Amino acid sequence: MSTRLATGGRLIDRTRPLGFSFDGARLRGYAGDTLASALLANDRMLVGRSFKYHRPRGILASGAEEPNALLGLGTGARFEPNVRATQQPLFEGATATSQNAWPSLAFDIGILNDLAARLLPAGFYYKTFIHPRPFWKHLFEPVIRRAAGLGRAPREADADRYEQLYAFADVLVAGGGVAGIAAALAAAATGARVILAEQTAHWGGRAPVDGDRIDGQAAAEWVAAALARLGAMPNVTLLPRTMVAGVYDHGYVLAEETLADDPAPGHARRRLWRIRARRIIAATGAIERPLAFAGNDRPGVMLASAVRDYVVNWAVSPGDRTVIVTNNDDAYRTALALLDAGLAVPAILDARPEATGALPAALRARGVRVEAGRAVARVLGRGRVRAVQTCLQAGEGAVIDEIPCEAVAMSGGWSPVVHLWSHCGGKLRWDEGRAMFAPDPARPPTGADGAAMVIAAGAASGALHATDCLRDGHEAGRRAAAEGGSMPPEAASPAEAPHAEAPAEAPLMPVWRMPQGAGVRLAAKMWLDFQNDVKVSDVELAAREGYQSVEHAKRYTTLGMATDQGKTSNINGLAVLAGAIDAPIPAVGTTTFRPPYTPVVIGTLAGEARGAVFQPLRRTPIHGWHEARGAHWEPVGQWRRPYCFPQGGESHADAVRREVLAVRNAVGLLDASTLGKILVKGPDAGRFLDMLYTGVMSTLPVGKCRYGLMCNENGFLSDDGVVARLSEDTFLCHTTSGGADRIHGWMEDWLQCEWWDWKVYTANLTEQYAQIAVVGPKARAVLEGLGGIDVSAEAFPFMAWVEGTLGGIPARIYRISFSGELSYEIAVPAARGLELWERLMDAAAPHGATPYGTEALHVLRAEKGFIMIGDETDGTVTPQDLNLGWAISKKKADYLGKRGQERSFLTHPDRWRLVGLETLDGSVLPDGAYAVAEGTNANGQRNTQGRVTSTYFSPTLGRGIAMGLIARGPERMGEVVGFPTLDGRVVQARICDPVFYDKAGEKQNV
Amino acid sequence: MRYSGLRVIAEALTGHKGWKPVWRDPAPQPDYDIVIVGGGGHGLATAYYLAKEFGQKRIAVLEKGWLGSGNVGRNTTIIRSNYLLDGNEPFYEFSLRLWEGLEQDFNYNAMVSQRGIINLIHTDAQRDAFTRRGNAMILNGADAELLDQAQVRAMYPFLNFDNARFPIKGALMQRRGGTVRHDAVAWGYARGADSRGVDLIQNCEVTGMRIAGGRILGLETTRGFIGARKVGVAVAGSSSRVMAHAGLRLPIESHALQAFVSEGLKPFIDGVMTFGAGHFYVSQSDKGGLVFGGDIDGYNSYAARGNLPVIEDVAEGGMALMPAIGRARLLRIWGGIMDMSMDGSPIIDRTPVEGLYFNGGWCYGGFKATPASGWCFAHLLARDEPHPTARAYRFDRFLRGLMIDEKGQGAQPNLH
Repeated sequence: MSTRLATGGRLIDRTRPLGFSFDGARLRGYAGDTLASALLANDRMLVGRSFKYHRPRGILASGAEEPNALLGLGTGARFEPNVRATQQPLFEGATATSQNAWPSLAFDIGILNDLAARLLPAGFYYKTFIHPRPFWKHLFEPVIRRAAGLGRAPREADADRYEQLYAFADVLVAGGGVAGIAAALAAAATGARVILAEQTAHWGGRAPVDGDRIDGQAAAEWVAAALARLGAMPNVTLLPRTMVAGVYDHGYVLAEETLADDPAPGHARRRLWRIRARRIIAATGAIERPLAFAGNDRPGVMLASAVRDYVVNWAVSPGDRTVIVTNNDDAYRTALALLDAGLAVPAILDARPEATGALPAALRARGVRVEAGRAVARVLGRGRVRAVQTCLQAGEGAVIDEIPCEAVAMSGGWSPVVHLWSHCGGKLRWDEGRAMFAPDPARPPTGADGAAMVIAAGAASGALHATDCLRDGHEAGRRAAAEGGSMPPEAASPAEAPHAEAPAEAPLMPVWRMPQGAGVRLAAKMWLDFQNDVKVSDVELAAREGYQSVEHAKRYTTLGMATDQGKTSNINGLAVLAGAIDAPIPAVGTTTFRPPYTPVVIGTLAGEARGAVFQPLRRTPIHGWHEARGAHWEPVGQWRRPYCFPQGGESHADAVRREVLAVRNAVGLLDASTLGKILVKGPDAGRFLDMLYTGVMSTLPVGKCRYGLMCNENGFLSDDGVVARLSEDTFLCHTTSGGADRIHGWMEDWLQCEWWDWKVYTANLTEQYAQIAVVGPKARAVLEGLGGIDVSAEAFPFMAWVEGTLGGIPARIYRISFSGELSYEIAVPAARGLELWERLMDAAAPHGATPYGTEALHVLRAEKGFIMIGDETDGTVTPQDLNLGWAISKKKADYLGKRGQERSFLTHPDRWRLVGLETLDGSVLPDGAYAVAEGTNANGQRNTQGRVTSTYFSPTLGRGIAMGLIARGPERMGEVVGFPTLDGRVVQARICDPVFYDKAGEKQNV
Repeated sequence: MRYSGLRVIAEALTGHKGWKPVWRDPAPQPDYDIVIVGGGGHGLATAYYLAKEFGQKRIAVLEKGWLGSGNVGRNTTIIRSNYLLDGNEPFYEFSLRLWEGLEQDFNYNAMVSQRGIINLIHTDAQRDAFTRRGNAMILNGADAELLDQAQVRAMYPFLNFDNARFPIKGALMQRRGGTVRHDAVAWGYARGADSRGVDLIQNCEVTGMRIAGGRILGLETTRGFIGARKVGVAVAGSSSRVMAHAGLRLPIESHALQAFVSEGLKPFIDGVMTFGAGHFYVSQSDKGGLVFGGDIDGYNSYAARGNLPVIEDVAEGGMALMPAIGRARLLRIWGGIMDMSMDGSPIIDRTPVEGLYFNGGWCYGGFKATPASGWCFAHLLARDEPHPTARAYRFDRFLRGLMIDEKGQGAQPNLH
């Protein structure tokens, strides 16, 4: 059984016991434990089930590469699936649950898949479930989907907070092992701004566990002293528990910091760092490779480095007897650590023909049985390791002997972590001697200056031995500071790298299959990807079937597609593939390394932009008044506007009807503050607007307003609004509520990119003004009630504007109308908006004082046949289609869209053009309906001849009215066309004049 | 070799040693009748239909990398035909119908899964627009229905229905929409084409075009000159670079589109959901990962990777819609290059060079089009006239003003 040792454990604090639970069982660990070390200390060898075959899974690793130990953590709104136990520090009260097992982890019905494994090799699903077709939808896929996934999806809104910030660095060092620390020291000594990020809570990486000495000190002491020095330097930022997730173009880096595992209320759980770094040092270490032998997935078979970590860091014994199986010297360190902890190492099976280096000699000297040329034939034990059977590595697997043991520590060599090097295009080279892909310094990822922006250092660059690793880190730090820092390269960087004393290591021997001559029966039990259940036999099957590109093999077998993204399986898998197709490993190559390095919670990426601040709501100065009066709201662009103001138990339709009639018969007030207001100023302002609008604005007299249309280059109508000339060189352009930002951007696009020498500037003043429309026959009386500005027809005619003080409030009033009624739009500084609104309501009280919303606005404009951007237009409609030719200048040489409008299809007489539509029975025509024509076209499509664009019940006329676009519409007045609806009816409507009310336009001009 | 459940059982008895390669690895012939450039979904589908439906012989597909290494291998796997405009809807409906019989046609399970797609509605104006779209779809023979809020809530109760700016008021649903296992599409077409004699030539990059007298003679490649009577180019993401070999400039900009997958989760999203107003869409794969995405990266690029701002936008959109996914983890982010055309719609057409045909400009919507794109391109290559459903996808539409601009964005490729 695995258990806690009585002494030792450099990371745990035995004075601080912590309680936690796993699948309901209450367990204890210590501060400093990871969830994984605490589970092992409690003899929880079985922690999960594999994805496909539901095989029992134990802890394999001790860090980010762990494929098996994925747990649910927390409950309710703090439940998190797929937490990697090896990376999760233990905290008091942690509630962990196993995944992907039913009814329980120990007795999982899904194990039936394992019994049928021979029927379910890689890609079997591509060859089956084809007939009969309906079975896929109704039988096969539902069963497959029921088995999908690992962890349960969180269902409650995430209760925690996440922060985000930006940072800048001359040198970012990713990885706080000794190489990263040496790099940071060297770079920081020059004065360069350095950020040192480490994904775990501990500094020093593997060195303190491996027991090497640096500059005459124990590695842990050297690390502590170095961290103290770095911590004291103002130009250094230390970020423990910060995982550098991805490298993006031009040295932009994404990192995720964990702030708290169980945050206090209101405190953030994680933090997103967006770091712009001149140079990035990837000191991300290396990951040990498993060996592919039969039964290597049994709980109790672990990476040798992980066994060492658990013993040294957390005082956890994986079992009394651990057999070591290796192809290199490094794994002997694990045997030493086990012996030092008082545990037994029955044998070291070294696949190499001979094991004669310093480390094997040391173990032999301590009486350990070291067997060269030996391999594991198979592992015995189902739920956990019971024994290993040994064989010759060079043979086919004939069993030599059986060694009882509780754990197996395996090492197939090390693979540099090259992710950050590769994210932006850094290339790799194959190191034949050490059987690994390492960064190729000749082909680095390049930044904005065309130079290498990532420097790999330490084990990540292939410098596996401690001595090389420190020198490499030091040199990388010096180089990065010289290239990225502001100091001259010869500045105060120490010339001498720290020196490590560590035993020399003999070369490893690549072992991709154990034993070498194993047949298919053994290969079908040799796991490559432990989570996704991909075995040596699966990769060989893929190769046999022609999926011989490494990407084909990956996608066909799902190798490396699990939540660990193949950290322990990819290199082994591609080596097996290379063997199967008889190609050199570098010719097979790797799959693409993509961010993030380890998975990032989505909350970190979203930060505070959630809920109400996802895209914040914009409120007019009068918003609170509407809210208090029970306005029914409607989202309009970034705004929310009152749709109507229902009174008593009134329905929305009744409220709209009442509001429309109030405007037609007396007076209504509309909060028009959302209307876009863009100031255009400068000597070339008139010339600029003449290009922007289809009409002429440069001739507009000061003091007057003019309606204008804007088109895109294609000639299609994109926005409309009234332009007021405020002074000789100043115009105020009103846009639609939803269009203000877009149109402002459009103006700037032209000014900055095309007409950069025109003397014009623009300012979006939309929020600076509250704007209130006072509309209806009694509008003048209301304004006169406030006093201060002569609003008589003589002094203030239609399509003019005046400035003055209205009831004591500085105001600009535009006499424009979107309803066909007498109408004044009053703009005042935003801070005075509510005051003006209340004063106007008071003044309008004798006439009913009816506030109205957007729906009444729509009905009023539709009764008048005024178009609405977004209703009558959809980006495919020209002003000419809408009979707005009168607003297009025939004299101007050019305007945006003019050339587009001259193309043959846009001038075609058959185009759909604006007309009014009235149903034969007076009902309201359904929105979104098409007018069908006789017959079908070549595609069997029902022929169409037009569509509805706006349709309402008109309270003024007491019947439905509509506008639409109909082929040659204006030539077909009186014709009846049919509109099929979604529910299968066909509504008949007659083509008519779109102006339903006050055709002469007399009422707005009184 | 025909695939079936029985075959899998039979092979299991012999250690799966009897499976044959899905395709040959032929050396290029000196010349072909038709050469397709691009061994992605569209190119392979074209070759497949040329051989199977149009009786063509002596066909080769040239692929610079591995089959399916383009956007067919890196998309978010959605199929649908919920288009609005006449130029598009018949084509995409044709494509959806081909999807519906595809696996039986090429005897390969590509997991065509019609679990439905919904487009969320937040305002009355959107409901009107989606009603119109639904009508357009039905008139074209597709299926569409409008869901009210209660119906959406019944499907996905965990959505945020009450955001002030994006209250969910309903959805446009196409039940025949869904997802497909994208790699399997490439493999199925490749296997089908290979078995009908098409030479699939991998690791063969086109480095030049031999043109004389305004007529294509063949292609210079990394594996030597390959003669061809007709050449069809279907290389989305590389279109402008490949067509530059013929001296042609395309009405296309190249942009990266990123896609995202979460760690595997037990299924809770059955169909496809789009939150257009929040620039986010999502589905859940048969493996359990949430597959999602958002807008393209706004700048022009040939680098098949994106940048941080869109990643954050997408995460924000996702959490706005589904506040619970804050604690789900993003497993992998990747990028592909989109041919963004000037109106957001594709091109399947002849070119000014006789014998040279072009298929591209699919923007971010090429995957769902794969079967129809292949069929229509094969039609054009074999018969020299456009297929009726692809008649609108002409180069000269920009000249004539016949743009097919679903979004009404105008001539700004990065906004489509």
